[in-house]
Amino acid sequence: MLEIKNLHVKLEEEDKVILKGVNLSVGAGAVHAIMGPNGSGKSTLSYVLAGRAGYEVTQGSALLGGEELLDLDPEIRAAKGLFLAFQYPVEIPGVGNMTFLRTALNAQRKVRGEDEISAGEFLKLVREKAKDLQIDAEMMKRPVNVGFSGGEKKRNEILQMAMLAPKMCILDETDSGLDVDAMKLVSQGVNALRDAGRSFLVITHYQRLLDHIVPDFVHIMSNGRIIKSGGPDLALEVEKNGYSDILSEEA
Amino acid sequence: MTAQATRFDAAAACFSGAELAQSFALARAAAKDRVLTLGLPQKRDEYWRYSDPTGLTARAVTPIQEHPLGEAPASFVSVSALKLVFVDGVFDASASDAVDFEGVEISLLAEAPTWATDFYGSLEACGQNPVARPLAALNTALAQQGVIIRVTGQCTKPISFEYISKTNSSDAILHHLVKVEEGASLTLLESGTLGLRGNMVLEVELADCAQFHHVRTQGQDHDRNIVTHLFARLGNEAVLKSFNLTMNGKFTRNEAVIELIGHDAKAHLAGAAIGGTGFHHDDTIFITHQGLRGESRQVFKKVLNGGAVGVFQGKILVKQSAQKTDGYQMSQSLLLDDNSEFLAKPELEIYADDVKCSHGSTTGAIDETALFYLRSRGVPTDQAQALLILAFLADTLAEIDDAGLAERLREVLIDWVPQVRA
Repeated sequence: MLEIKNLHVKLEEEDKVILKGVNLSVGAGAVHAIMGPNGSGKSTLSYVLAGRAGYEVTQGSALLGGEELLDLDPEIRAAKGLFLAFQYPVEIPGVGNMTFLRTALNAQRKVRGEDEISAGEFLKLVREKAKDLQIDAEMMKRPVNVGFSGGEKKRNEILQMAMLAPKMCILDETDSGLDVDAMKLVSQGVNALRDAGRSFLVITHYQRLLDHIVPDFVHIMSNGRIIKSGGPDLALEVEKNGYSDILSEEA
Repeated sequence: MTAQATRFDAAAACFSGAELAQSFALARAAAKDRVLTLGLPQKRDEYWRYSDPTGLTARAVTPIQEHPLGEAPASFVSVSALKLVFVDGVFDASASDAVDFEGVEISLLAEAPTWATDFYGSLEACGQNPVARPLAALNTALAQQGVIIRVTGQCTKPISFEYISKTNSSDAILHHLVKVEEGASLTLLESGTLGLRGNMVLEVELADCAQFHHVRTQGQDHDRNIVTHLFARLGNEAVLKSFNLTMNGKFTRNEAVIELIGHDAKAHLAGAAIGGTGFHHDDTIFITHQGLRGESRQVFKKVLNGGAVGVFQGKILVKQSAQKTDGYQMSQSLLLDDNSEFLAKPELEIYADDVKCSHGSTTGAIDETALFYLRSRGVPTDQAQALLILAFLADTLAEIDDAGLAERLREVLIDWVPQVRA
């Protein structure tokens, strides 16, 4: 599904190299987790994949379903099935949550040559998905993420994911700012979306999210590279001993 | 010739060869004197520093090559209203609705009903102090077209002025009077283009507990030089709400001079303006608080692209008598390119010691983080920008009390925003 090869990335505005040769292959239907200490480049990886400005790819590639992603505009990447759940979902005053979702969904459908979703069909779909995530009608009427609690914002991200039905989902520290109950709710939402045609890349600092969203593979990232890969046990090892053991092993 | 002399010569030239109209003869003569004493405005004047009045003060209108569309404005077509139509600044009875309206008297300016004799030009004359507005006085002296409205009851539907600009050199001068009697209310809509050049004065007298809602759209043809003046005087517990949407236009200056004379009066002014290359838009506001516990709000936003210029000059004057005044002023601009300019001049002058007055002004670009967020969900850049522009202007639409009218203008904006190009 997602094939990252020897990805090197620096900041556009300064001579700071962040990713120094990332290699990662995520198969269809697989859930991969990336863990790592602060500043290791995890979030940068997610932004570069989604197409945020400010980064320069100096080397390497990232293929989604065999197609190069890095040359595409963010909206085209989205239409091709890439989705990034933001660590800090953005508040957009004045833009209604419903308008936003419908605009996004129809824009993606247009790129894919599909018909626009009818208002009735859309409402039905939103209601159904929102209910599962305990998002009430009042929240849907409000402007995007404005006045939402941390938990509400993350649930709103998962709602978008459910509505847009992407093939490749990247979750950037979705657990940050969540209490235990909210984390369960969000995880249930993600788990409900797991299927053979959809892959996940879960970026997190802590093992606890991975208790709820159980990954097939775990990778440890440090200093712009993936330095160790393994099964779910690797996350438990990090939880027990911290990153220092693994880092020193590598050194 | 010195600039000062030019100012007075230009003023005198406005009256050469033309007798003043018979109606409101005394008021017209007094207004003529004001114009001759003040002279016409020049760019060197403090209140014209950011907006060059040349297009408004030139002797004649320079005809344009391309004929304006001459179409009826569409902003309020779906709104049930009593429609009064002006073509190139002249009332068109055949295109207008018949005037039979309970609780409202409507006359044309030329009919000059007796009750309006002392009213015509009176608020304009007061509004010359402390800031001179010679173009408004010129209007009082010369205007031969306009509508006089007196409201004694609750208007069941709005009155809608529709302006159509048909010829390529129209020079429209319109003067409207509105008097809302005690406890009565009126919604006035205005839409379209006065003329290739237009000078409008709207004088509004609100008796105690009277309500006046005013919603105006200006657009969308570009080649026009427009100045409008709203003069209003509010009695006890009177409410004035005025909203203006401007789309495009080579030169538009909307002045509002509002006096809260009575106690517990409310004046809310709001405006959204959006334009691309060659767009110049100026809001010049003067609010005077005289009565106790008055409340005034100013919420103005402009979206500027392709080197467009936005001007905001907003003043709140709180007299010593106006204790417990609550004044608020906000002017904001969204600059879509590096060449556009927003010039804001907020002024507060306060003589009472127990008042609340706040003001703010911001200028910024499209929020890149929000733009990326929208794009990452599949919304193309153009559409994402349009959404963010609408979101920016949404605060001003929220100032319109009538949700139906606000929604209608939102639809107008949705159609218009994608056309605002550099």
